[in-house]
This record gives sequence, structure tokens and C-alpha cells, in this order.
Amino acid sequence: MRTELDIDALLGDEGKHVIACCGSGGVGKTTTAAALALRAAEAHGRRTVVLTIDPARRLAQSLGMEALDNTPRPVAGVRDGSLDAMMLDMKRTFDEVVASHTSKDRAAEIFANPFYQAVSSTFSGTQEYMAMEKLGQLRATGRWDLIVLDTPPSRSALDFLDAPARLARFLDGRIIRLLSASTPGARRSMLSLMGASAAVFTRVFNKVLGGHLLTDVAEFTASLEDTFGGFRKRAEATFRALQDDQTSFLVIAAPEPAAVGEAVYFTRRLTEEHMPLDGMILNRLTPVDADLSAERALGAAAQLEEADPADPVAAVLRTHADLARRRTAEERVAARYEAACPKVPQRWLPSLGVEVVDLEDLRAFGAAAVGTQTRPDQT
Amino acid sequence: MTASALPVPRLHIVTGKGGTGKTSVAAALALALAGPGRRVLLAEVEGRQGIAPLFGTASLGYEERHLAAGAGGGEVFGQSVGADEALLDYLTMFYRLGSAGRALQKFGAIDFATTIAPGLRDILLTGKLKEAVSRTESGRMAYDAVVLDAPPTGRVVKFLNVTVESGRLAKTGPIGKHSRSVARLLHSSQMAVHLVTTPAAMPVQETVDAHRELMAADLPVGRIILNKVTGAKPAEITPDELEAGLASAGLVPDAALVAGLMSEYESARAEIRAVDAYRDRLEQLGRRVEELPLIPEGVDLSGLYQLARELTPRLGGQDAH
Repeated sequence: MRTELDIDALLGDEGKHVIACCGSGGVGKTTTAAALALRAAEAHGRRTVVLTIDPARRLAQSLGMEALDNTPRPVAGVRDGSLDAMMLDMKRTFDEVVASHTSKDRAAEIFANPFYQAVSSTFSGTQEYMAMEKLGQLRATGRWDLIVLDTPPSRSALDFLDAPARLARFLDGRIIRLLSASTPGARRSMLSLMGASAAVFTRVFNKVLGGHLLTDVAEFTASLEDTFGGFRKRAEATFRALQDDQTSFLVIAAPEPAAVGEAVYFTRRLTEEHMPLDGMILNRLTPVDADLSAERALGAAAQLEEADPADPVAAVLRTHADLARRRTAEERVAARYEAACPKVPQRWLPSLGVEVVDLEDLRAFGAAAVGTQTRPDQT
Repeated sequence: MTASALPVPRLHIVTGKGGTGKTSVAAALALALAGPGRRVLLAEVEGRQGIAPLFGTASLGYEERHLAAGAGGGEVFGQSVGADEALLDYLTMFYRLGSAGRALQKFGAIDFATTIAPGLRDILLTGKLKEAVSRTESGRMAYDAVVLDAPPTGRVVKFLNVTVESGRLAKTGPIGKHSRSVARLLHSSQMAVHLVTTPAAMPVQETVDAHRELMAADLPVGRIILNKVTGAKPAEITPDELEAGLASAGLVPDAALVAGLMSEYESARAEIRAVDAYRDRLEQLGRRVEELPLIPEGVDLSGLYQLARELTPRLGGQDAH
């Protein structure tokens, strides 16, 4: 028997200041994050902010907000407590980081560099890094009791853990140093240290990529050298902040082999990295309302169809049998998680049968999540 | 096939929102395309390893490998294309960089090059696909069709639109030239992007958005696949009729059972109405909408063949645009 995850206890825990929802795409991560944030505000009176990174603007729709910008905005229609929401603008966050660490002229120079434009808008990992950065900023203000973080829709859930370090390593790494060393005015010693490899590297990549790209990169990194310096340090600090016990990770999954596999993998990584993992939420289970096995339903349907092939009762029974078979298959897939991660508390949530589009739906989702009702009001 | 026949897309890009089953659809499409004597390559990028579990086989690598017999007697091969390997492959091919290539890899330079230029990664991945599409072996095409389990709808346009990135990052040099030749294939009638969706609001909305973005980027759209459609017969029934019917079939019709079954049936019928509405919305895009059934037990290899059999008869007369 799996341990039930007590979501209300988690949301009401005064010692928790960050809840990060992670999981692969299409498992209802954004909806879950928004519903938990709304419940934390309304049922637990916590000053809450939900931070989403989803370019599809789904949370914006869910919260009835037309435009989420890079600053938290109050959500209208919250009954008790206060809920703010924001959507991460990765480029703007990166710009802010640069602007706050350098002179105006230098910042303008960096912004104009084509390579900066590429890194700040399309580099895989920038989104994750900037999410960390923004989380750090929001935390530092002390304006909120609880920050609920919807992690980026990465190609794999692991990117969220790996990408910030990768970006930092990259911007602070030896190849970058090598390149900066080869720009005019920089220390020549680096180049001689790296010697032959550098020559091969530069020759091949100039040839393959075309000359100007490496020049852009070199200029960019040279201008970053004296402004950031500790890019890596910064990423490591945010990473460490996630390990403290004020943070709580929730793994979100859906009853599909790929999503459950990803959830298992992610749980292992969180455990290895000593990240505080508090539970797994399984969304999108097929709701089954009638207590009747698929086999008995199909048997009865077949019997009725012998007399009348178009018997409507048989149609009802076949519909139930399909649902029951789907549910059984889903539970078999979901059971893989418990087998692999027996210690992690879980919460299984049948889908509400309606799209979650407004605050009322989010409220129903939150209520179902804590178990006060299993189905939403069918009003 | 006669010379006057419409050009048939040879490169099929299958995309969809997460959870819509795009990997299953891509796999089923590959099986369906593998008619008698035909060879089809099913590829994935970004190291997702979504294909191998469906076929119940070990993880795929950069080397193409036989996966399964096609639904029509052909053969399906599988491959997982990684950017790092594609770059090494590329360097080896064009620069004969044997050991130097490995040295670069050890030095971290390959990783560096594929991460500094985000477009480069996609150019290499799509470039590898182009190579597979145009490769010949002993006087015939190595593959009759290539099916890609592509990145999800939110990222697919950026992934395919290599000209924009390459124009910005590599104006000169072989990568620039290479990416222009890849772009020509991706914007030709040899290629089609198929959009997979389920009958639900967000996936349908993303499909409509992706369709618009693809059109704007001048990337050819193929079919729209409405996946996981449940089949319930619409019939009118009251709780009393249900109770009587259950009793006559030998079941004990207590109030909870009747209420539960009624509520399930109501939801199922609401779902059918919703499917109709979503189908209408998708048909307004002016593309063929193909429906695939939900497989209650989940999709395994048998399920893939079932989906492939659904797709096979509909593959004739491909849309020209």
C-alpha cells in the first residue's frame, strides 16, 4: 500500500517557502502548480506567488490573466489570502542580470552582440538558469510566504537540474577562457597554455562555423569577464538554495509509461542530489464511478446484445468496461513508480473530466488534490 | 508510381503537444509506410528514447538498426540522432578528421560548438535526416521514407526553421552552405509536418497555433491526426431503464451502481460531443483530419500495428500541399 501524500499539510507548512513542481511535458504540471498556489492562498492564508515558465501561456489562461509579464501581478477573484502570478520572460531576466552587474555603456555593448542575443533567447539551458535566477530574486524580496514554481517544459525533466550548471560551466569554462584569451588586449598566457589544442580548435571551428561567430563569442565573453566573473558561483548558490529544507519538490506524472519512467528517473536524481522531495502527484487517471469489473460488464453486455444488438444498456456497460480497462492499465503503469520509489508519498488524481480553465476549476482541482472531494461540482 | 504523380512526402515530421501520443503515431506511421519491399527509417532526436520502449527493444543509438517488420511486409529501422555524434560524423565526412575529431570531443569542443550555436544543433540534426532521406545504396534509395518523432509543437518550428538561425550565426563556411541545402528540403514537397492532437482544448489550441506558425514559416503541413478518440455508441437511456436492463442481465442494480454508470455514460457522451466540436475546429484548417482510436490497454507493439492498420488505407493520395 502506497503512502498517501498529505498536500494540505505541505501547503500549510510555515517552514516551506518554495514548492517546485517538476515532471515531463503534458502531465498537467502548470495546472497543478496553479491549483496548489491558489489553495495555499485561500485555504491556508499564505501570501503566495506562482512562477511559470510556459511559453504556451496556459497559466495565463487558467488565471484569467491576459498578459503575464516579468513581474508578479495579483490574481483577481481570489477569495481569501493573496495570490500573485508571473510568467518568466527569459530574455528580460537575462537583460536585468547583465544590467545590474555592469555599467550602462558596457551593458549596451553586450546587448548588441549577436551571440548574446542567441544565448539569451535560444540557448538550451538559459530558460532553466533564468528560472533559478528569478526564483532567487523573488525569495530575496521576502514579499511572499510561499513561491510555487512550475519548472520549464524541458525536453527532459532532468534539464531543470542540469542546465543551470551547464550554462554556468559554459560561460565560465576553459574554452570560453581560451577564446577570450585570443581577443586583442587579453592575456596571451592562456593561449600558450592550451597550445596546440587551441590551434586545432580555432582552425576547425572557424572553418566550419564561419569566422565571425567565434569573434562574436570571444567579444561577448571578454565583455562578460570583468562583469560577471562568478557566473558559475551564482548558479551553484541557487542550486544549493534548492537543497535546504525550506524547499519542497513535487514530482508530477501522468499514467503513461514515458511520464512514469521520467518521474522515476527524476526522483532518483533528486535523491542523489539531496534535494528535498516530498511526494509524487499522478494526474489524469481515467475516472471510474461505478464499482463493477470490466469482465462482468462485458459479460452482461454480451448477454443483452443477444436479444437486442442495439440495447442501450449494453452500450452503457461497454462504455464502463472501456473505462475500467483503461483505469486498470493506467494503474499498472503507475505501480511502476511505487515499485521503484517505495518511500515517496503519492497522490493519485482522476482527471476532472473538464478542462481546467478558470479559478473555479483550479479550486475544484485543489479540493480534489487534498481529497475533500473526489469529483468537481457538476454544476 | 508514374512521373506525373503528385510528389509524395518522403520525410514525415510528426509533432504534437506532450501527452498526445506523437511518438506512438510516428511509430505507427513508419509501420504503415513500410509496404511490400519498402524500407522506412524511424528516427528521434534529443535522446528521448521514446521509440525503443514502444517496440520493446534496447535503447536506440546513432547507428541505424532494424526495429520491426512493417505492417505491409516492408522493414522499419530505428535511430536516435544526437547532435554531438552528428557533428563528429559531419567533421569526419567533410574534413577527414579521424583522431583530431576525437581529441576535440575529449577537449569538450564538440559539446561547446553544439551548445554555443543553438541553431547549429538543429542544423546538424536535420542535416542528418536529410542525409538519410537522400542516401543511396547499391543503386537505390536507402530508405523509401523517413519518419521523425520530432520535438513537441511548441519547439518544432524553431527546430525546422534552420535558415533563420544559420543566417544569423553562420553566414559563411560549410555549415552555412549545408544548412541552406537542408532548408531547401524542409521547405519542399518532399517533406510534410503532421500534427498530432487529442480531443482536448489545450492540445487542439496548440495544434491550431502550430499550424499557423508552420504556414508563416513556409513549412509544408501534412495531416492532422486526432488521436485517442474513444468510441462510445450514443444512445438515450433513463436510470429506470438502466436499472431494469442491469437486472435482466443478472447484475444487482443498486442505486450507487446505476448512478455511477449513468454519470460515466453522460461524461462519455459529453466527450463525443466535444470530439465533434474539436474535429470541426481542426477541419477548418483545411487539412485532412485522420482519427485514431484510444487503445484502452495502452500502446505496445500490437497496439502500434493496430494503429498502423488504421493508417495504411489512408496513405494513398497524399495532399499536394
